[in-house]
Amino acid sequence: MTTYKAPLREYRFLLQELFDVGELAKLPGYEDATPDVFEQVLEEGAKLCEEVLFPLNRSGDEEGCTFENGVVRTPKGFKEAYDLFRQGGWTALVCDPEYGGQGLPHTLQFLVEEMVSSANMSFGMYPGLSNGAYRAIWHHGSAAQKRKFLPRLVDGSWSGTMCLTEPQCGTDLGQIRTRAEPAGTDGVYKITGTKIFISAGEHDLTDNIVHLVLARIVGGPPGIRGISLFIVPKFLVKDDGGLGPRNGVRCGSIEHKMGIKASATCVINFEEAEGYLLGEAHKGMRAMFTMMNAARLGVGLQGLALGETAYQTARQYAQDRLQGRALAGDKFPDKPADPIIVHPDVRRMLLTMKAYTEGARALAAWVSLALDRAERDPDPAAREEADDFIGLMTPIIKAMLTDNAFAATNLGVQIFGGHGYIREWGMEQLVRDSRITMLYEGANGIQALDLVGRKMPMHNGRLLRRFFHPVDAWLRQRLEKPELQEFVMPVMKAFGRLQQVTALVAQKGMADPDEAGAAASEYLRAFGLVAMGYLWARIAEIALGRLGGDEALFYKGKLATARFYMARVLPETNTLFVNIAAGAKSLMELEAEAF
Amino acid sequence: MKVLVAVKRVIDYNVKIRVKPDKTGVETANVKMSMNPFDEIGVEEAVRLKEAGAASEIIAVSMGPQSCQETIRTALAMGADRGIHVLSDAELQPLAVAKLLKAIAAKEQPQLVILGKQAIDDDSNQTGQMLAALLGWAQGTFASKLKLEAEKALVTREIDGGLETVELKLPAVMTTDLRLNEPRYASLPNIMKAKKKPIEQVTPEALGVDVAPRLVTLKVEEPAKRQGGRKVASVQELVDKLKNEARVI
Ligand SMILES: Cc1cc2nc3c(=O)[nH]c(=O)nc-3n(C[C@H](O)[C@H](O)[C@H](O)COP(=O)(O)OP(=O)(O)OC[C@H]3O[C@@H](n4cnc5c(N)ncnc54)[C@H](O)[C@@H]3O)c2cc1C
Repeated sequence: MTTYKAPLREYRFLLQELFDVGELAKLPGYEDATPDVFEQVLEEGAKLCEEVLFPLNRSGDEEGCTFENGVVRTPKGFKEAYDLFRQGGWTALVCDPEYGGQGLPHTLQFLVEEMVSSANMSFGMYPGLSNGAYRAIWHHGSAAQKRKFLPRLVDGSWSGTMCLTEPQCGTDLGQIRTRAEPAGTDGVYKITGTKIFISAGEHDLTDNIVHLVLARIVGGPPGIRGISLFIVPKFLVKDDGGLGPRNGVRCGSIEHKMGIKASATCVINFEEAEGYLLGEAHKGMRAMFTMMNAARLGVGLQGLALGETAYQTARQYAQDRLQGRALAGDKFPDKPADPIIVHPDVRRMLLTMKAYTEGARALAAWVSLALDRAERDPDPAAREEADDFIGLMTPIIKAMLTDNAFAATNLGVQIFGGHGYIREWGMEQLVRDSRITMLYEGANGIQALDLVGRKMPMHNGRLLRRFFHPVDAWLRQRLEKPELQEFVMPVMKAFGRLQQVTALVAQKGMADPDEAGAAASEYLRAFGLVAMGYLWARIAEIALGRLGGDEALFYKGKLATARFYMARVLPETNTLFVNIAAGAKSLMELEAEAF
Repeated sequence: MKVLVAVKRVIDYNVKIRVKPDKTGVETANVKMSMNPFDEIGVEEAVRLKEAGAASEIIAVSMGPQSCQETIRTALAMGADRGIHVLSDAELQPLAVAKLLKAIAAKEQPQLVILGKQAIDDDSNQTGQMLAALLGWAQGTFASKLKLEAEKALVTREIDGGLETVELKLPAVMTTDLRLNEPRYASLPNIMKAKKKPIEQVTPEALGVDVAPRLVTLKVEEPAKRQGGRKVASVQELVDKLKNEARVI
């Protein structure tokens, strides 16, 4: 069995020590979101996740979803858990109070999402997708559309989906074939086509499902410029808000897949289904992009969440499992063997997991605080700055956190030895569940292209400066502090080289786009590792000042992990920088036929 | 009808308790604290009474350091209407708590005071009984069911032999047992509303109660480590071992 207790102390460290969440309550509309409210909400959310969602994680994986005659059933207990979740108001957390939401900050939502995913990632998919649909309608919907759909999405009695992918296209949505024909009334269309891989596309948790569908209006421009976004409910909604007849939307089948088995992944067939244009015609992709940031950050968090569960479980196992003796002599002579945590190699694995997970959480919190500022800061310049920073960091969070999560959950299996491979222990499930996070919401390779091809050159490098300048300033201010040198120096060095390769990639990429493409993934990772290194240095600075108190062990853990990061994680950038400098040639010279 | 519910801040039931090296008590620094589970049941019962129209106001009372306000907030988020916090950094033993509650009851005039049957930290199982005696009110302890009728309460109690139902004249004191109800999770809107509900702070001095401990703790020790179990081959062997080794039958 895996173990999970919400890391509330970690949250407090981020919110009150590394960052100052108290600042959020100064933003208009967030007056109630004071640090004590954060604590209370997290504590109550933790209970629900630990006591209700977590116990359904393994059984949900074993049982999976079932499909029969177009009806999808979620595993035993999911419906009851979902009812508790929505009655508790958790689907409404960040939503607009005008539609019944609680209007709380994204920063809080993200921490709750992390707990939910740690406890039961499959479960979290259902409210997660609803939130995406909510956001799309909230941003782009007409007043009537908002009134019709938002209150039910907010209270969770209806759920939502994102229908983008089709058999012939996932990344390249310009190839979408699902078509929309005007149905006579303004803004109403008949939608026909097949979508695949639709998460939460059909299930038994809610009364209605609101599909957001990308389709091409007949006669519209070809390619990505002809794609529009539509609201297509499973059941038509009458003017009084009640449910009308079934719309032309059917689930054709569900996928049998590697992980997140309790999350229904559906083929959805639209047959002259009634759909309502959301936003402007042919501007569907742009509408989709406005909520992409939050969705991609959310996937990064799923990764970090699984890393956390793997770490908590592996940490316990490493303390309990007696096997072999410490190389330097018995540590527990009264026991038949020493616990495996005495072995350097096991420590290497545990510390990698800890460094990844806590570093990831710091990075995610940094960005989510910016998300709240970008939405609420009265000062336009501050909003722009926050927005730039989010744009820059989003692909990094999505890709690096999920790559690391896969690595961390795998290390979790390794620490368990053969038992990690046995289903009963739950460790292999974490690996399988984490694997999807590297794929959906834009495969990680696509995130790297987004960073190098879009974010890097945007506004003449303005986005980059939102990261480079504050980090540079922070490091420089600490050059004269002897106790911080072991952290500041390695970060400074890697940071300097990151700036160099940034210039290199920009320059070479301008002349030959393949050069940018060839460097992208490694550049993204190097960037992420430097960003995390900077945060670990900041964490170390705080920990150094608090080693004396009655939480010495907690801060010692932070300090030792920061040291481990500098000594054994950050140096990975050396290889990455070399690879980036090597350029595209060795990748591109072989013709496709020769593979 | 007013209901007073006592809520104690204790080490969370999930936490593995560690005894301090000097054996003066258990480690409480940086340990997760939460509401005593039996008190949670008490709050839940009060909220159900209010939802059923039987109670008009629920007052949650906690005693101890400043951080007890968090426990009161939890009760408010579950549905209590207001809180009273008796601020004290002293060790509060059952008798002191009972006297403080008596003073508060005198002021608030509740018809029902609900307490947990015991707190999971010291397991005293005394406060409710002491309070009833001090007030001269009827008491129904270890309640697994409560039914209110005009001027009286029917309390079903869990006793060794089974269930016993007592009829109490109101006002009365009730202590909760595990099976009385299953406490709810506080909802997000109620957590937000709780923030705006009032908590009044008072001191033992203002209530005229001397809280000086009457009992002295000599030392606190870990329970003896559990010996590993053994498998027996047959019922016969089991009976034999119970008779001759364990000498329990
Ligand atoms: C469990 C699950 C749930 C999902 N949920 C949803 C959902 O709710 N809604 C939805 O619409 N979709 C969903 N998807 C689909 C998912 O988003 C896509 O699978 C993903 O976008 C990748 O598309 P694809 O599978 O067609 O791969 P492809 O686009 O064919 O990509 C294959 C590989 O080629 C690479 N590649 C492709 N194009 C480029 C390029 N231009 N440059 C460099 N590399 C490139 C990719 O990085 C990838 O490694 C889900 C998928 C799964 C498996």
